[in-house]
Amino acid sequence: MSLIKLYGMPMATCTMRVLLCLEEVGAKYELVPISMPTGEHKSPAHLARNPFGQIPALEDGDLTLFESRAIARYVLRKFKGQGPDLLKEGNLSESAMVDVWLDVEAHQYNPAISPIVYQSLILPRMYGGTPDQSIIDTNLEKLKKVLDVYEARLSKSKYLAGDFFSLADLSHFSYTKYFMATPYASVFDSYPHVKAWWEDFTSRPAFKKVAAGMGGHQ
Amino acid sequence: MTSVTVYGAPFSPAVSRVLACLYEKDVDFKLAPVDMAKGQHKSPDFLKLQPFGQVPAFQDELATVFESRAICKYICNKYPEKGNQNLIGGRDGGLLARTSVDQWLEAEGQSFNPPSSALVFQLAFAPMFGFKQDPAAIEQNEAKLANVLDVYDRRLGESKFLAGDDFTLADLVHLPNGHILVSKKEDLFLSRKNVGRWWEEISARPSWKKVVEMQNVPQS
Repeated sequence: MSLIKLYGMPMATCTMRVLLCLEEVGAKYELVPISMPTGEHKSPAHLARNPFGQIPALEDGDLTLFESRAIARYVLRKFKGQGPDLLKEGNLSESAMVDVWLDVEAHQYNPAISPIVYQSLILPRMYGGTPDQSIIDTNLEKLKKVLDVYEARLSKSKYLAGDFFSLADLSHFSYTKYFMATPYASVFDSYPHVKAWWEDFTSRPAFKKVAAGMGGHQ
Repeated sequence: MTSVTVYGAPFSPAVSRVLACLYEKDVDFKLAPVDMAKGQHKSPDFLKLQPFGQVPAFQDELATVFESRAICKYICNKYPEKGNQNLIGGRDGGLLARTSVDQWLEAEGQSFNPPSSALVFQLAFAPMFGFKQDPAAIEQNEAKLANVLDVYDRRLGESKFLAGDDFTLADLVHLPNGHILVSKKEDLFLSRKNVGRWWEEISARPSWKKVVEMQNVPQS
């Protein structure tokens, strides 16, 4: 069997989403660094893997894939039975809930949390820029509304899709980990069930391993 | 007598996405109106179906589902034998076909959807609901969308539809915003040869034409 190659960076949020899945299923893979500062992500070689010029991209034999949530599903399906069942595709209503809450992560949670992480961590540390507080404040309000819904959900259900840990929960890890390094981490203190959910799944061995790869970037 | 209910109005892009999928799959449904002008989408009863207070919501005898793309996947998974059997990668396509659909579904969700939804709001809904248009937002989002459509144009020069040779969910999800944007800024789509060809094909599908007919019925 050929070795899976993941092109990306160990501290990059979307690369981490895939790394977590690879670690959860115990797959053998090679992480091939793509240097964003030198524009490698826009090189012809990388554009052939990801036409949007983003990371990550995955190569598995003849297959090339982009979009971390699609790559995650591929990895979990390919190695089905080798790790925990994070997709529940054998059960219609459970897999529907995984799809629902993964889309909630993509379309509600991520758009609120990622500008906060970008403005307060990435912009100053990587680009020497000044955070735009109005963007941070607007998105904190959006995030709180999302967390209201999450708090209600997680009061009834141990994890987002049900009483089972799934890709929907996993997908939140990387941006939330960075958010916890911003001055706004205490926002989560007002949401006890959300906070407990966060602390529970960050104790998973796969998460500890991937978090360690974030190096000094956490 | 169908157990399938979709909550929302056809003019909503996200609702129309689900309706297109139901027509492709030949699945009967009833449409339950949600009066957003009266705030029904924020009522306790509706929030039980969709906790973010948004449309659509979907319910059948097995599940209550929200997020239009998740609803579409559920419909495809629940009715593999009905209607269009290729929507999520075909009967014999296996993992690779399914994966290609997933990849382009995510491309729509992450790259096409944000700028196209912002433009749909600015060009269609802002004037409709009396909000002031923001020329800077229009310009920025048009530029972003143009970059995305350049990627699509290269892809559609190599592949008949986004995920491969067949029309799939990955194409379908573009219909609602595409329909509005082609009516307001047709150059974005039609000046790109392959995107134009693809748009003409997908928007001519009988399932989409039925949805457009529903959208054109005056709402009481």
